Amino acid sequence: MIDIGLGHYLTLGAVIFSIGVIGIFLNRKNIIVILMSIELILLAVNINLVAFSIYLGDLAGQVFTLFILTVAAAEAAIGLAIIVVYFRNSGTIRVEEIDKLKG
Amino acid sequence: MIAHAIFFYTFSIIAVVSAIMVTASKNTVHSVFFLILDFISISCLFIMIGAEFLGMIMLIVYVGAVAVLFLFVVMMLNVAQQKNQWFAGQQSSRHIPIGLIISTLIFVEVIIVIGGWKYKPEIFDINNSISQVSISNTHSLGQILYTDYIHVFQISGMILLVAMVGAIVLTFRQRSGVKRQSYIKQISRERAEGVEVLEVQSNKGVKLDD
Repeated sequence: MIDIGLGHYLTLGAVIFSIGVIGIFLNRKNIIVILMSIELILLAVNINLVAFSIYLGDLAGQVFTLFILTVAAAEAAIGLAIIVVYFRNSGTIRVEEIDKLKG
Repeated sequence: MIAHAIFFYTFSIIAVVSAIMVTASKNTVHSVFFLILDFISISCLFIMIGAEFLGMIMLIVYVGAVAVLFLFVVMMLNVAQQKNQWFAGQQSSRHIPIGLIISTLIFVEVIIVIGGWKYKPEIFDINNSISQVSISNTHSLGQILYTDYIHVFQISGMILLVAMVGAIVLTFRQRSGVKRQSYIKQISRERAEGVEVLEVQSNKGVKLDD
């Protein structure tokens, strides 16, 4: 318990990942919160990669964390642009009211 | 070792609680603030276990850029007022059980995998420990990032370029009725279309018709 090892970091990553998935499923407000949950999931993946990289002594994990950071930034920019365009066209970004595709 | 444990538990409890608050907060602006708190505590964890460069980059990229972008969009779209209902309505509450079941399943699966790791300690024998190297984390990361991973690095630059162009193309709109200065029109004016010489008769004046 007091000796912090790899398992502690992986558990933290698992908890944050699950919170992100819960956020996607249970969200009833707007799409921006769903995008934030996706950011949480990517953050959990980053925690896992950095923890493995440190405890196994291989720097490749940190390099890939850098690339995940890049992709997350690009994804946030594109997603927010799409949300802005959707709001401009339909006037709402509430999750229940976005039912154009009858899904 | 005890200090390490204390800091780990402090930062991870802050991270988990703020992650829950991102999901559960009724106001979207508060969600963004809790997201920022989450990123800050996770980057503190990264710095603590020895990945200083990633921790700092995380602060710069996530807190400085992504979270501020979220904040801009939340305030621009004015959705902060939609704070009235959370889990409200009949049709919205039918997703909740299946969502909870799926999330719990994912959590249990990941924990099972982690348990498998914990009971197999010989995997750590391959440890050749970054900390034995005398150069810093940033230095060693740069040494492999610009040599072994140079192509992936450049491709990630291309991804950022495409994202930038895509975001601009998506949100750009041409407004009608806006007066703009057109240099090419100004420069390419000829004398013939700008000036006209008229023969003016006395007591008649000039009538400009166009």
